[in-house]
Amino acid sequence: MYLKRLTLNNFKNCTEADLSFSEKINCFIGNNGTGKTNILDAIYYLSFCKSYFNQIDNQNIKHETSFFAIHGYYVKNSKQQDTISCTLQRNQKKQFRLHKKLYHRLADHIGLFPLVMVSPYDRDLINEGSELRRKYIDSVISQFDKVYLDDLINYNKALSHRNALLKYFAVNRTFDKASLEIWDEQLVNLGQGIFEKRHKFIKSFTPIFQEYFNFISDGKEQVAIKYESQLKGNDLKSLLAQAIGKDRMFGHTTVGIHKDDLLFSIGGYPLKKFGSQGQQKSFVISVKLAQFEYTKNIKGFKPVLLFDDIFDKLDEIRVKQIVKLVSENSFGQVFITDTQKERIDKIFLSLNIDHKIFSVDDGEVK
Amino acid sequence: MNSYSSKLLENAVNELAKLPGIGRKTALRLALHLLKEDIEQVEAFSRAITKMRNEVRFCQECHNISDLDICEICSNLKRKKSIICVVEDIRDVMAIENTGQYHGVYHILGGVISPMDGIGPADINIITLENKVAKQEVEEIILALPTTIEGDTTNFYLFKKLKNYNINISIIARGVAIGDELEYTDEITLGRSILNRMPYEHSLKK
Repeated sequence: MYLKRLTLNNFKNCTEADLSFSEKINCFIGNNGTGKTNILDAIYYLSFCKSYFNQIDNQNIKHETSFFAIHGYYVKNSKQQDTISCTLQRNQKKQFRLHKKLYHRLADHIGLFPLVMVSPYDRDLINEGSELRRKYIDSVISQFDKVYLDDLINYNKALSHRNALLKYFAVNRTFDKASLEIWDEQLVNLGQGIFEKRHKFIKSFTPIFQEYFNFISDGKEQVAIKYESQLKGNDLKSLLAQAIGKDRMFGHTTVGIHKDDLLFSIGGYPLKKFGSQGQQKSFVISVKLAQFEYTKNIKGFKPVLLFDDIFDKLDEIRVKQIVKLVSENSFGQVFITDTQKERIDKIFLSLNIDHKIFSVDDGEVK
Repeated sequence: MNSYSSKLLENAVNELAKLPGIGRKTALRLALHLLKEDIEQVEAFSRAITKMRNEVRFCQECHNISDLDICEICSNLKRKKSIICVVEDIRDVMAIENTGQYHGVYHILGGVISPMDGIGPADINIITLENKVAKQEVEEIILALPTTIEGDTTNFYLFKKLKNYNINISIIARGVAIGDELEYTDEITLGRSILNRMPYEHSLKK
């Protein structure tokens, strides 16, 4: 699958653009604030019905104009061509269309045109709290497993009910074991399944990830992703029973899969504390590339890959390795942004790949 | 804020706007409509509402809304008293009655367990159900609560309360709607249908 043509109107700082892309590698080059990333964001919109950066749709309309429009023409398996369009009038509901047919539920569209975005913000995955990491694996798993998503939603509901009950007990100085137990049962049934699926996912995901990291870093460093959960070696039922005193004291549930985390390590030490910026960046890029391959294996075709400002903070060897990697046949269409034309020219001089270079200046793309 | 030319009109609008699904604009439209009607008509209207609120009773057996102490379903001799279908509210009774497939009686809980909304087991009609099972000759309890996590948890609570009595506890089937294409069925429902498949013989009409 690849994006053949993209047209933009009043999207962020871009007044008008009509771009035809290469099936392989496309580079956007320009100075800071010229709108390179906005083009990637427009492509992201077509897959996920929203911006990667700004969740408020209205703020993605160019200042002093009343609407934006994004049209994309995708080619899937040589014959079929799909037209996706997203239009938004200021202060109205956004309209999302496939072949001019309006979607009633945006959720129906997500997943049809898979895409993986690699951006400087990915570093939050390392530096922020465990919630973001759980959210990340949940989003990847639930793309292919609707039952997982449903179980997760129900688990969170049951958890909120149980917490509300614990608070009620604490405030009113009462306790009713039977009322609490029924929620325990729900948490156990749903939580156990979620735990097993997360465990299985990380197990199959890690080797792919390690392979990519080794390639990018030239095999110099040992990295690992470890799934940490209280449910490892314990069953949730007895954990809940043991923690009841603590739960009542705190007024919320202290054990369960909502406490899971992923531990990233390099050379056996925590990546957050002991990884350099370059190492951290290589780490999250490898995670995203592994996500790419995982998605590809399940969907049966290659997602679009977006690289936002990835060369920042990486040494030349790593940059070259990455470009070499994504130009191979196992990857499909790739979009890259960079500030330096010379760097891009130099890389492609030594690699013989089909590519197109666009220069971006103040919202204009050539 | 809207300014009404009459305080009386404003009061009426305020009261109407308290009803579910009625905003201030609709409330004003309704009030103006009532003003246009004959006075007898409007009096009949308000009498009907007052009378309903004053005189409606809840069936002492099943908590259904009724004109008498025992509702029509519970007092019907043709109904099997030994089968009780547990539902959330009266709308569910109406839905099941419309199928014409059920000849037992009902028990209306009046809600489901939901601590986030402050509803615990003691706030819904569970004790009366338990008493009924303890006293009466009950053979089967059919659980027909919503398929939400709250409904599910209530089912489980009832099961725990009632499992020690010598009765059958069953739950209504969940699956693909009749006349639906499998292709358009959501993954969760279809997945459940596969897991809870049944012997073909059972699907033949008796």
